[in-house]
Amino acid sequence: MTDRPMPDEARHYVAKGAFDPYGVDILTPEQERYYLASQWKLMWWKFKRHRIAVISGIILLIFYASILVSEVLAPYNQHTRHTDYLFVPPQAVHLFHDGSFVGPFVYGLKTNLNMDVLKWEYADDRSKVLPLRFFCMGDAYEFWGMIPGRFHLVCPPKGGQLFVLGTDRLGRDMLSRILYGARISLTIGLIGITVSFTLGIVIGGLAGYYGGWIDNITQRIIEVFRSFPHLPLWMALSAALPVTWSPLVIYFGITMILGLLDWTGLARAVRSKLLALREEDFCTAAQLMGASPKRIIGRHLMPSFMSHLIASATLSIPSMILGETALSFLGLGLRPPITSWGVLLNEAQNINVVALYPWLMLPVVPVIVVVLAFNFLGDGLRDAADPYK
Amino acid sequence: MLRYIVHRFLVMIPTLLAISFIVFVIIQLPPGDYLESYVAELQARGEGVDFDKVAFLREQYGLDQPFMVQYAKWVFGLLQGDLGYSFEFNLPVNAVVGDRLWLTALVSFATIIFTWIVAFPIGVYSATHQYSAADHSLTFIGFLGLATPNFLLALVLLYLANVWFGTSIGGLMDERFIDQPWTMEKMMSILAHLWIPVIVIGTSGTAGMIRRLRANLLDELQKQYVVTGRAKGLPPFKLLVKYPLRMSLNPFIADIGSLLPEIISGAAIVSVVLSLPTTGPMLLDALRSQDMYLAGSFLMFMALLTVLGVLVSDLLLAVLDPRIRLEGSAVK
Repeated sequence: MTDRPMPDEARHYVAKGAFDPYGVDILTPEQERYYLASQWKLMWWKFKRHRIAVISGIILLIFYASILVSEVLAPYNQHTRHTDYLFVPPQAVHLFHDGSFVGPFVYGLKTNLNMDVLKWEYADDRSKVLPLRFFCMGDAYEFWGMIPGRFHLVCPPKGGQLFVLGTDRLGRDMLSRILYGARISLTIGLIGITVSFTLGIVIGGLAGYYGGWIDNITQRIIEVFRSFPHLPLWMALSAALPVTWSPLVIYFGITMILGLLDWTGLARAVRSKLLALREEDFCTAAQLMGASPKRIIGRHLMPSFMSHLIASATLSIPSMILGETALSFLGLGLRPPITSWGVLLNEAQNINVVALYPWLMLPVVPVIVVVLAFNFLGDGLRDAADPYK
Repeated sequence: MLRYIVHRFLVMIPTLLAISFIVFVIIQLPPGDYLESYVAELQARGEGVDFDKVAFLREQYGLDQPFMVQYAKWVFGLLQGDLGYSFEFNLPVNAVVGDRLWLTALVSFATIIFTWIVAFPIGVYSATHQYSAADHSLTFIGFLGLATPNFLLALVLLYLANVWFGTSIGGLMDERFIDQPWTMEKMMSILAHLWIPVIVIGTSGTAGMIRRLRANLLDELQKQYVVTGRAKGLPPFKLLVKYPLRMSLNPFIADIGSLLPEIISGAAIVSVVLSLPTTGPMLLDALRSQDMYLAGSFLMFMALLTVLGVLVSDLLLAVLDPRIRLEGSAVK
């Protein structure tokens, strides 16, 4: 459109009837609900339509709910050693014995030392039918390391064992250890992302809002950080953690390391969004009314791109979980007695394990599921983050 | 163009300096130095320690000097191609690393080529057949590759190759070629061993590449010039290849910058599992035994590889895209 005056010849149609201002705007209740909905509500509606993302979200919720009560869900304590049952393969839980219904039960284990290959061999003892016990008292534990208890959702049968996912070289139940490991592996991503989120918002916010030399310096720093391959740097940093630290402090150290290298992507996103938004009219208006930079950033700019940030944060949690797994696998990350999925995979370090005790690789299944779920959830969130499109 | 190249090179210098400083800080981070752990080890074994010798070594290696002096010496050494001294092996780092640096570069380069070859057709197919069953399943497989820890995939492939082919696929060449001079046969042996690490490392990067190409091509396909072309009766294949595909190619080259760190990270851990003669396994050992100059030169080399990769991708982009060449910076 130009402001040039129209030539006189350009004639156009003018309606003769009176103009009714409400005539065009009659909305169905459906439309009205849509137009009046808040931004977050629109996002929720859009997100709900992305079915895979919703399913992934539910799966993640289940995983995270499980870490609240790992001790109760696990049939054994994670450190209980069954010295008579080393490297037991996963046991099947049956419902029917000789054609009649018994309810969930396992067969007893027959052990036999094979002197040819010097290996313990286990077989089902079909004469022993051992029904599982539910809501029962079993291995002692300390709930979240504080409250002692013995209550379990499911316990091994009296006079028998229950190794649904087998045991490791010390005879510890793999299922229990995976359940306990979830607590560490899943929280490491959350704490790490909190660190990188805070750093990203603060640094990116400063660079984007003030621009100029602050922006220049930040950009250079980000460039330097981004040209480092992450894993070798993580390796070097975690190798620098003193061996004398307690496992819990090491845990926090590792989360810090994972978070410290990850903020650059978020900072970049914040910066570019801020650079675009600060030119908008509402921002100028706020400035003219005398709002402080802190108020403008926090109150006016942040809400308009928060949804994008949450989506990209969700997408960067998986890389932290995989990073921890890789570090612990190499023996540079968390150390026993802390149990994480990476620490468990550390046992599956050589080809003999794949050949002889493949169930030791099972902790990789939850890793894959969680990483996939976070990726799909993040995709759904990213699509929903801009509900007006 | 020349101005742009010179500018790009000048920008690289402070970046590399900053990287070298960070690397040096990191390798200095662990409390104590190699000589201290060496003395502790000797004492633990009950052997006598000659403290005069330790003091002599400390002076020899400059471990008693202030931090900045040590750093300056290290950087000037690097500039002259002197990587420092490995305490663990009692040899100059140059002699210890040998072919490892070049093999790392080779593996990384091959992986990038692999990622391109795999991601390109799949990405184009997914974009042109959006929401088809094949699109969904290819995307899912890509995601699966992203979510599976590399090292475990390497382990399983190692086992499967052993069962199916009865050969060991660990390493990067036949054992008889190790430490032998470069010959044609040695090259062929390396090529025969290269595919396993390349596939394993490539899986994680490929998924991201497919997604980006698909998204770019989809954006391009919705534009009006495509509709115009179709309306004028251009054959579908020509319509796809002539313009939209060319437009969506830019990220392929621009992505080297983000792909390379990923690949080098992946290579570091995969090479530990597959025991490749690259930088990964030795870096791990060097970090464990506080062999600081050895670890430092590996870290520095990996970062240098990435910086060079980004440089190459920027220059290629400038060749391809006149907007970048003329404005002097990448268009975001």
